[in-house]
Amino acid sequence: MSAPLKPLPQWADVALIPLVNVAAAFLISGLVVLAIGENPLEAVQILITGALGDLEGVGFTLYYATSFIFTGLAVALCFHAGLFNIGVEGQAYIAGLGAALAALHLGFLPGYGLAVAAIVAAAVFGAAFAAIPGYLQAYRDSHIVITTIMFNYIASAIMGYLLVNVMRVPGQMNAETAQFPPNAWAPQFHVILAHFGVQWPVTPFNLSFLLALAAAWVVWLLIWRTRLGYEIRTVGANPTAAVYGGISPKRVVIVSTLLSGALAGGMAVNVILGEEHRLILEYTAGFGFVGIAVALMGRAHPVGIILAAILFGMLYQGGAELAFDKPKISRDMIVVIQGLVVLFAGALEHMFRRPVATLLARRTTQPPI
Amino acid sequence: MFRRNTMLRTALLCGSLVASAAALAADVKPAVIYDLGGKFDKSFNEGVFNGATRFTKETGVAFRDLEIQNEAQREQVLRKFAKDGFSPIMTVGFAWETALKKVAPEFPNSKFGIIDDVVDLPNVQSIVFKEHEGSFVVGVIAAETSKTGKVGFVGGMDIPLISKFECGYAQGVKYASDGKGTVFANMTGTTPAAWNDPVKGGELAKSQIDRGADIVYAAAGSTGQGVLKAAADAGKLSIGVDSDQDYLFPGHVLTSMLKHVDVATYQSFLDAKNGTWKAGVQALGLKEGGVDYALDQYNEKLITPEVKAKADAAKADIIAGKIQVHDYMSDNKCPM
Repeated sequence: MSAPLKPLPQWADVALIPLVNVAAAFLISGLVVLAIGENPLEAVQILITGALGDLEGVGFTLYYATSFIFTGLAVALCFHAGLFNIGVEGQAYIAGLGAALAALHLGFLPGYGLAVAAIVAAAVFGAAFAAIPGYLQAYRDSHIVITTIMFNYIASAIMGYLLVNVMRVPGQMNAETAQFPPNAWAPQFHVILAHFGVQWPVTPFNLSFLLALAAAWVVWLLIWRTRLGYEIRTVGANPTAAVYGGISPKRVVIVSTLLSGALAGGMAVNVILGEEHRLILEYTAGFGFVGIAVALMGRAHPVGIILAAILFGMLYQGGAELAFDKPKISRDMIVVIQGLVVLFAGALEHMFRRPVATLLARRTTQPPI
Repeated sequence: MFRRNTMLRTALLCGSLVASAAALAADVKPAVIYDLGGKFDKSFNEGVFNGATRFTKETGVAFRDLEIQNEAQREQVLRKFAKDGFSPIMTVGFAWETALKKVAPEFPNSKFGIIDDVVDLPNVQSIVFKEHEGSFVVGVIAAETSKTGKVGFVGGMDIPLISKFECGYAQGVKYASDGKGTVFANMTGTTPAAWNDPVKGGELAKSQIDRGADIVYAAAGSTGQGVLKAAADAGKLSIGVDSDQDYLFPGHVLTSMLKHVDVATYQSFLDAKNGTWKAGVQALGLKEGGVDYALDQYNEKLITPEVKAKADAAKADIIAGKIQVHDYMSDNKCPM
């Protein structure tokens, strides 16, 4: 027993451990549901059928998942460089500004050129806002955790000011911009399918989902198949050794925060261009922070992130149905479940590692790799 | 089920005339959807909850309610409630405007309501309040009661609606003090978190008190509780908002600017039940009893008869149109 454990096979690391963690989180959540006097099995059933039971549920689940894929990827990319970017929330928020400015002021662009410009603007604004903490980390040694947290507040204050005083439609109470022209919208699937005569219920599920999948693939390619990715991983593992390898950690820090901010901008594409079609106050609604949980759970691997994002999408959509069907279970309950998932998948991720490793070691004498 | 049976029995007993009313009544399936702030905020959303609860107690007609988690759910839950046959559906807060504009036309036979904003559709009842009028009256009370001639205002989030409170209050203070009174005004923040930051609210109130204010008006949701507490701790007075908050710190809350969302909700549901529900705008001011100042056993010793007379006179003048209180939101400017 005291001998050092053999490393876990990759499938166990990417799939089994997160699954065990989620199961534990659900078990504890079940006890909480039981404590407030509801049937946990029924709750799980409503949650799952609500999230995946019909096309409407699926649409909403994937819509939320799209945002989580983007924010999860943004956090994960920085993880690989050894950076903890807590500022995805703020970066996505500022990215929304970029998308809105482009959509509202570049109306002369033909057709979907406007949408493309808005997407690019979202990425650029997100990256630019992440660049400042990145620069401070690389050249001023200001810790990125602290600066990105504080930058969330700066983003919030800037956007509050702009939406209330500058961008708001005069005479309108809501602090939001005017609606974008339709050629800036990311097309929703129910609209696209209607062209082909296919009926799909009205949901915010839009083409950004495909963009998110593409982004996941690109991130995988970048991290494991390019020289830059190698540099990012090396700096993440050991910045001092990286210098000996001829890698500039400063450059890597800057580049990875830039890319991270650009990925955060994907959330603006999904929510602002895909669903709201206008910039609204606090549109990020904490999704940037959920991205941290998604990245932790997905073990910073794009495939894991997609799966974790879908799980969180289910929690959001199924949770809404649960709150609708069971008035006793309030929206706060969903936050509890999410919190438990974060606790088990993030903070306590090593709790089940040893038992699982021991179990697997007993079964396989010759572990792969 | 119980409800249906009672209706049926009433109908059978009272003949055909009532039967038609009962048939209408049987269609009432009221629902409330709160804003992101949540149901139990001791102020705005909770006021709606209280009004709906009163309706249920008095009529036996149950209501459903729901708190949403994020923006994307607005249209989703509206459609869901409407599809499930709920009507009237009361949405709480101006943030519902856009979603309502989209969903209400899809369900022309359902009744919708919105508080704090106007949605001009044939099946939507828009309930707005003249907060500037109520704030004017509490401004008069503050100026008449203040010994230092300086009073404070702590707002929640920096939005036009809150500036409307502030501007009405400032006008009331200036009116009662012949332009001599000073109003310190601070907003707690620029994000929705500003509605729920009692610590910062308390600090802002303390700073105003340090500058000489002896009465602080809080229009800041849950943040206001920190303002009220800071004033009580410093031995000064405060003014509550939306619901009657006089009881929170008895002897230290001078009065509250009441915004009767509870009455409005109750009335809307009752009208729907009685078949007298009407779409369109209801602007509820002092005249309609939509806003008022609170006077109860907790603050009756704080408000002297002279002050009360001044306040009531101002109230009567506003109702009679002799005093025109400027509405900040009409032009986003305050003449103060």
